[in-house]
Amino acid sequence: MNVKVRSARPARALGGFGGIATERIVSILSPLLLLGVWEGLGRLGMIDARFFPPPSAIAETFARLAGSGELWEHTVTSLGRVVIGFLIGAIPGLVLGIVMGLSRIVRAALNPMVGALYPIPKSAILPLLLLVFGTGEGSKYAIVASGVFFLVLLNTAAGVLGIEPVYLDVGRTFGAGRVQTFFTIAIPGALPFIFTGIRLAWGIALVLIVVGEIFASRSGLGYFINNSYQTFQVEKMYAGLIVMSLIGYVSFLVLDELQRWLVPWRGARAV
Amino acid sequence: MRFELRGRPLVALEDVNLQVRDREFCCIVGPSGCGKSTFLRILAGLERQSAGELEIDVRDPRRPAVAMVFQEQSIFPWMTVEDNVGYGLRMRGVHANVRRGIVAHYLEKVGLTAFARAYPHQLSGGMKQRASVARAFATDPEILLMDEPFASVDEQTRSLLQEELLRVWETDRKTVVYITHSIDEALILGDRVVVMSARPGHVKAEIDVGLARPRSVYELKSTPEFAELVARVWEPLRREVLMSYGALAS
Repeated sequence: MNVKVRSARPARALGGFGGIATERIVSILSPLLLLGVWEGLGRLGMIDARFFPPPSAIAETFARLAGSGELWEHTVTSLGRVVIGFLIGAIPGLVLGIVMGLSRIVRAALNPMVGALYPIPKSAILPLLLLVFGTGEGSKYAIVASGVFFLVLLNTAAGVLGIEPVYLDVGRTFGAGRVQTFFTIAIPGALPFIFTGIRLAWGIALVLIVVGEIFASRSGLGYFINNSYQTFQVEKMYAGLIVMSLIGYVSFLVLDELQRWLVPWRGARAV
Repeated sequence: MRFELRGRPLVALEDVNLQVRDREFCCIVGPSGCGKSTFLRILAGLERQSAGELEIDVRDPRRPAVAMVFQEQSIFPWMTVEDNVGYGLRMRGVHANVRRGIVAHYLEKVGLTAFARAYPHQLSGGMKQRASVARAFATDPEILLMDEPFASVDEQTRSLLQEELLRVWETDRKTVVYITHSIDEALILGDRVVVMSARPGHVKAEIDVGLARPRSVYELKSTPEFAELVARVWEPLRREVLMSYGALAS
């Protein structure tokens, strides 16, 4: 048999129709199409404009609220709470998670409690948190922190446990002490997992802050959305939802960027 | 050296009597599971022996007793190549300026200077093992322990890595204990080849290699002396390998 290959290249690289440019156009057009359909159906009276006000009306309300600064104020309040609550939960979660990952004894001591407390929906402990911390800022930080803590703890511990034993052997043969092992092996080795935990925790934090503000607050986006509902200002409610969506979208972009910067070695395979 | 295996003590090593001379390249060959890796891990301080004594004559307390090159990929994926090579020095508190010089020296010796700032995932398997060798040499240990460091790279790369290791070692002679499956490799690199028995491992035979240095991997393999040495190592090893397969009754 005689095989001759003059030049070969994978077919995908050829581009053309169905290529990257088309993909991009489709993903810009599809949401615009949805908005257009929504607007049209609303104008034609085919959907109830009281529940689904046309996008143009929502945009108008959004612009007015943004101009008056009202929406800003609630946004900043919520963001402040979620960031503080997140840090209160994530930092101890990170430290304990690493210690749990490294020490069998600590793991044995904490596992039953973590196992029992983690599955409780954190929204269910809001009444308890209100009793303990009152209706002020404390209870908002606490509910966010309670959700963040477990996710960061569990993912960090799993990350440390998943570190290849040979890396710890390298540390030992080169004389790394406890603290050095912690900072040069445990933390970086677990970092990809830690980041997974942080992403999940941030998502939960955004849910919990809204829950906390809907039930026990006179400020923040949760309050704003709930208050708009109670006064039947549906457009305002949608404006609040848009801000939540933007916060989520932008913050995950920031997290992606942070991960690229902090975990530059994550090119090939997860560690 | 005893381990518990499902309640039954498993004797991994028995009466391993071995003296490694200063600046000697000592290769240990033996059948799979004979405990040679365990022996190396004891030397490295990663396992403790249940009985017996281990003595490492440390002449210079400022130098570490051992450094190890592991079989598997062991350079940290989260550090650049230069940070990996400097890791042992950093753990010993060597000042960053001094460290930089030593790291640059060994990077050059293993041909990784251009990859100093690269992360391991950008490197081939052979390059990772070169970084691992450089990391061990850089700490200037009394004894260099190597556990089949080139077992997982392809044949051609392995020959290149052996050449390179010889070149580095011949200019910077350290005491080396090198574990391998390969008789060829043991003879190419070593001053002495120690044959270990099937489990429980003990020293079965010792063969002085006596080939002149500097050695060249390819030329060496085609000499009649080399063939004769292979036969001398294979003779005691053969029985042990068969026994570890269960082909011969003990």
